[in-house]
Amino acid sequence: MYQYDHYDQAMVDARVAEFRDQCQRRLEGKLTEDQFKPLRLMNGLYLQLHAYMLRVAIPYGTLSGAQMRALGNIADKFDRKYGHFTTRQNIQYNWIKLEDAPDILADLAKVEMHAIQTSGNCIRNISSDHFAGAAADEIIDPRPYAELLRQWSSFHPEFSYLPRKFKIAVIASETDRAAMRLHDIGINIVRNDAGELGAAFYVGGGMGRTPMIAPLINGFVPLDQLITYSEACLRVYNRYGRRDNKYKARVKILVHELGAEEYTRQVEEEFALLIAQSIEPPFAELERIRTYFDEPAFDADASDELDRTDPDFAVWSDRNTHPHKTPGYVSAVISLKPVGGIPGDATADQMRLMAELAEQYSFDECRVTHTQNIVLPHVRKADLFALWQKLDAAGLGTPNLDQVGDIIACPGLDYCSLANARSIPIAQQISQRFHANGKGEILGELKLKISGCINACGHHHAGHIGILGVDKKGVENYQLSLGGSEAEDTSLGKITGRGFDEAGIVDAVETSVDVYLAQRQDGERFLDTYRRIGMEPFKEALYG
Amino acid sequence: MKILTGNDLKTGAVTWWDGTGWSLHVADAADVGDDADAILAREEAARRVNAAYAIEAELTASGVRPAHIKDRIRGLGPTVRPDLTLKPEDPDAVREVI
Amino acid sequence: MVDPAQNGLRFRTDAPVSDPAVTVEAFAEQTNALAVRIEPGEDVRLLLPFLDRLRLVEVNFPSFGDGRGYSAARILREAGYTGELRAVGDVLVDQIAYMKRCGFDAFQPDELLDRGDVENALSRWPDVYQPTADGRVPIWNLRHG
Repeated sequence: MYQYDHYDQAMVDARVAEFRDQCQRRLEGKLTEDQFKPLRLMNGLYLQLHAYMLRVAIPYGTLSGAQMRALGNIADKFDRKYGHFTTRQNIQYNWIKLEDAPDILADLAKVEMHAIQTSGNCIRNISSDHFAGAAADEIIDPRPYAELLRQWSSFHPEFSYLPRKFKIAVIASETDRAAMRLHDIGINIVRNDAGELGAAFYVGGGMGRTPMIAPLINGFVPLDQLITYSEACLRVYNRYGRRDNKYKARVKILVHELGAEEYTRQVEEEFALLIAQSIEPPFAELERIRTYFDEPAFDADASDELDRTDPDFAVWSDRNTHPHKTPGYVSAVISLKPVGGIPGDATADQMRLMAELAEQYSFDECRVTHTQNIVLPHVRKADLFALWQKLDAAGLGTPNLDQVGDIIACPGLDYCSLANARSIPIAQQISQRFHANGKGEILGELKLKISGCINACGHHHAGHIGILGVDKKGVENYQLSLGGSEAEDTSLGKITGRGFDEAGIVDAVETSVDVYLAQRQDGERFLDTYRRIGMEPFKEALYG
Repeated sequence: MKILTGNDLKTGAVTWWDGTGWSLHVADAADVGDDADAILAREEAARRVNAAYAIEAELTASGVRPAHIKDRIRGLGPTVRPDLTLKPEDPDAVREVI
Repeated sequence: MVDPAQNGLRFRTDAPVSDPAVTVEAFAEQTNALAVRIEPGEDVRLLLPFLDRLRLVEVNFPSFGDGRGYSAARILREAGYTGELRAVGDVLVDQIAYMKRCGFDAFQPDELLDRGDVENALSRWPDVYQPTADGRVPIWNLRHG
């Protein structure tokens, strides 16, 4: 995986010194909160319900064992012995002191990590496919392109005061595991008929209060124009994105209001001017980055056999592994969704254990998924049983990947100052309900996503079943939606009707699931059945 | 009653205006009547509090109860981690804020 | 208002233009005007036909969070403008390093900036990732000679 050279390290160290100075000026009163807020946000520091919250960037979701261990140690040293992995492959700490924040950034810099631009109206952490470099179905590892974009977007002088935040995802396979078209820019690395690699640009997707699926604006940008084209997309947005209304300021609104065709025309016009400025990095730079993502030394003789004697292990390996491009290996997914647990939370001890297991079994690499789980990408099948035993003993062996218990949930009103309702207790009750009644075992793939407010950090629009918490005259209320998908068959869920209270929403999910169980045909997922039979049968059962 | 809440600038801890300073406990919150804006401006300027605001609350048998669930959760801690709240020993604390 | 010369935030050696900056609309009509002031919503490319007589462009930042002026500056420099490019208005010390990268070479903030803070801000970054109009060699090129 990528390693900093002295240039990268010096930039991150400079950022730590800058933020230390900015914090000092805030505490001395030289900066007002209004002036300080965008500066702390661009270093990932929010003021949340109970304390400051620090969001640390995990570029394209990739971590070494030493980095994962450092995250655990920070949780011990500066927080309350846990952290929360997010839907953008980052980690958040919930109980941070402003006076400690520069020291935390310094600890992160020691392991080549940072919190740069994890908030604020700037280009955020670049996300990617959590199986990158391992998946059997990818055409190339997308992470070198994501790393190039990370460097380009870091401290970008023109794009640090955009109309709103800006999120970019990069993938390189037909299967979309990064919700690519629900980003401000989604990039899919593709091959053209001549066999050359290029980047398909989708611009103007997003969730929030106006969810939109990004349209394709250019099907093939040559890779030696990747940065210039990105710059053109951003410049048009920075100049013409709306600044009069925070809720209409994302690029999706600009693309929607101009129309994809007109936005594309403006980008192409800007691109034609920018290409003459020679701002593209030398191609040798992309080659240099790519060498860091070379395949690990896989054992060519690794056995493709799996001992399935232990029935619990067999279930876990069926559900929580993904095919690897190399025979004898799989990618193993560590569920951070124990029954009744808090989705995405991991204790400091669990983080250190995952670090150790990554070093021992996965060529010193782990990944964070946008579904708030952790991946060990390169595990020998021969080691899988030993790995599972260690995970299971630490409460990390829940066999529920992509099942009803594998819920995405935002922090909600338990932690977030923007939330209108709590998300986590709903997730806990649903996972407990479907575990207790046994239905979880027979449902197959069912992606359930919960947001505690319209900002949709819990991706509810993209859930096969989505839940949105709202404030109804000071009381928590929950809207149900069906039919969303963040995968390559991207779709946005539709609201079933009037909302439910806390107990009612858990019942409503079960009612919807019962409709599916009664109607499903051979091999159909919940989503497939919904798409075939439509909303009516669900409405009838819910509201009769 | 009208009470004031904010966060400590250095630590981020949730605080409540008790009439003379900022307390960690909502039970100490004082009714500020019409003085909210003046107190907020003065205390923010002196950096004794950050991001402070005035809210409605009522005085009940069990103490000061903010009108909105968000502020009640701020006063206690996350309902999903009773061990991290200000009342880890009180099994009813979470139920009372909801 | 702070005089940029007094505040030391002018990074040019030529004599400052003393003409008052006029609006973009007025500039296009007044064929003898040398100085123009551009507001965030205005299209900076309207000035490109007049680069030969332009000596000063003031880019106004009515609020520091509105970043359109950064693009305006780069567009002018990319088009070959070499005159004074001055950021005026709600310009904060933590922004001037980025503004300088975008091509600004003078600053006239509404509030006086602390000299020490300015020096810290401008000496903060040992290198830069992106090529811009300021001519600094980006890390990408340093790595490959």
